[in-house]
Amino acid sequence: MIFPPPLREGGLRGRVDYIPKESYEAVIGLEIHVELNTESKMFCACPVSFGEKPNTQVCPVCLGHPGVLPVLNGKAVEYATLIGLSLNCEVTEFCQFHRKNYFYPDMPKDYQISQYDLPLCVEGYLEVGEEKGVSRIRITRVHMEEDTGKLIHIGGSGRIHGADYSLVDFNRAGVPLIEIVSEPDIRSPEEARMFMQKLRSIILTLGVSDCNMEEGSMRCDANVSIRPVGQKEFGTKTEVKNINSFRSVQRALQHELDRHIDTIDSGDRVVQETRHWDDAGGVTTSLRSKEEAHDYRYFPEPDLVPLISDKPKVERMKKALPELPDARRVRLMEQYGLPKHDANVISLSKATGDFFEEVMETYEDARKVSNWILVELGALLNQANLEIDECAVTPRHLIDLLKLMDKGTISGKMAKDIFKESFDTGKLSSVIVEDKGLVQLTDEDAIGKIVEQVLAENPKAIEDYKGGQERVVGFLVGQVMRLTQGKASPDAVNRLLKSKLNNK
Amino acid sequence: MVSEKAITKKDVEHVALLARLALTEEEKERFTKQLGKILEHAGKIKEIDTSKVPPTSHIVPLDNVFREDKAGECLSQEEALSNAPEKEEGAFLVPKIV
Repeated sequence: MIFPPPLREGGLRGRVDYIPKESYEAVIGLEIHVELNTESKMFCACPVSFGEKPNTQVCPVCLGHPGVLPVLNGKAVEYATLIGLSLNCEVTEFCQFHRKNYFYPDMPKDYQISQYDLPLCVEGYLEVGEEKGVSRIRITRVHMEEDTGKLIHIGGSGRIHGADYSLVDFNRAGVPLIEIVSEPDIRSPEEARMFMQKLRSIILTLGVSDCNMEEGSMRCDANVSIRPVGQKEFGTKTEVKNINSFRSVQRALQHELDRHIDTIDSGDRVVQETRHWDDAGGVTTSLRSKEEAHDYRYFPEPDLVPLISDKPKVERMKKALPELPDARRVRLMEQYGLPKHDANVISLSKATGDFFEEVMETYEDARKVSNWILVELGALLNQANLEIDECAVTPRHLIDLLKLMDKGTISGKMAKDIFKESFDTGKLSSVIVEDKGLVQLTDEDAIGKIVEQVLAENPKAIEDYKGGQERVVGFLVGQVMRLTQGKASPDAVNRLLKSKLNNK
Repeated sequence: MVSEKAITKKDVEHVALLARLALTEEEKERFTKQLGKILEHAGKIKEIDTSKVPPTSHIVPLDNVFREDKAGECLSQEEALSNAPEKEEGAFLVPKIV
């Protein structure tokens, strides 16, 4: 293999050592924040809730009043430990909190209680890409911190730049937050998306967070750089913030990588900086500020005592972990004979896996069920931008539909239309069938009459058929289906058409 | 033992900026000297052999102190905002950030 020459200082404008786009590889590391769904906040008893009136879920501790004492929520530590264990991390023996000092109105104390060099969990990994070849993405650390308040910028365009002033709501301040940091092992935006998906699925399986990116309970920042394939050293990285929908992970990263390549191609250098992803515009913009480089002056939080790992308890927790997506994928293949792809997609979302297995409790044909979930339901969900557990169709709806098909009451074609209606209205298939009198026409005499009618109306098609053009059958079937509003059994129509054509 | 570089006026300006303090020229000069002296004094600890002492961040002999995950009472919005110099629609109003 011929490796492209290394980059030279000063860019490549006018040089012969131009590197084609395909010769770069992406180097991506993710920092993911997940809000835990505990009952109370990290260091005080304020409830963890979403959508309440501003500054009503607050107390002197999370408002940073002088003289208050934060006390650690034991459940939050347990939840964070579960996340670490499910990511194959080691739980550190000695862990403590640090103060991260910075001036910004989203923290009332002017510091955030976070972790620095002694985090809760270290050195794990997560595997992605079961279909095209597994990549192991190393996890650097999993640490605990408190979430910040929410800012609303007033005036200008609603962005911080150009605003006249800002409003602060501290309801979110102090909500238990877990930061998961990956090593820069991710090599494509697609891999980043798969990492996010797998991580979300694991955390949902643990049940310790809602992982809702739109509501901000799961957030993603990415460190991005490029380098010529074969080069060991990293290129200059940028940090992309504000990737706040599941769909935008791949888009934002692809855009930023392209920007790096274009920058280098045009002879410029990538500037190390933080950039803001603008989802509507599909671009990243610089957040360069006039301030000096960040200097958080971490120091041990004197108000919180250290954590010493309770090893037997951690071992017990590890053994009691629920079945995680990787294990479920393997089981789905073994137990139901699902193909790899189906098992992979179904196990990647906890809700989809649960849906599938609930249907399988009362229905036997796993391939049929997985097909309906992945193809028909998948398309409807995509269109409606919904998750499987947010839509009107439940396992009961699918079972009802499949049974109607098995009984021959409805045809496959009718089933698709009925399913769409179930999806839109939440009505069971059997109810729709009854309401509309949508019963498959299987009476061969009746179908035969319509076949005759269609043949009489299309003498040219008969000639074409006799002349060897078999595909006119498809056209004629379509005509019969049209006249019966799709109710005729396709099998019977095909059979009758062919026999009548051959007797002409 | 050679001590670290002495505190310079630039260091003082940096720290002042991080703490959002506006210092006069006279103050910068004065604090440069004072901070230098404080560091020098703290530097005395280096004369003690601490190679066998573990890093200590807490002097209280306690660890693993937890609170039960139970939601309790909050302040009312009115109480929460009662010290706010400025407020609007139930939120703290802060001057423009950048």
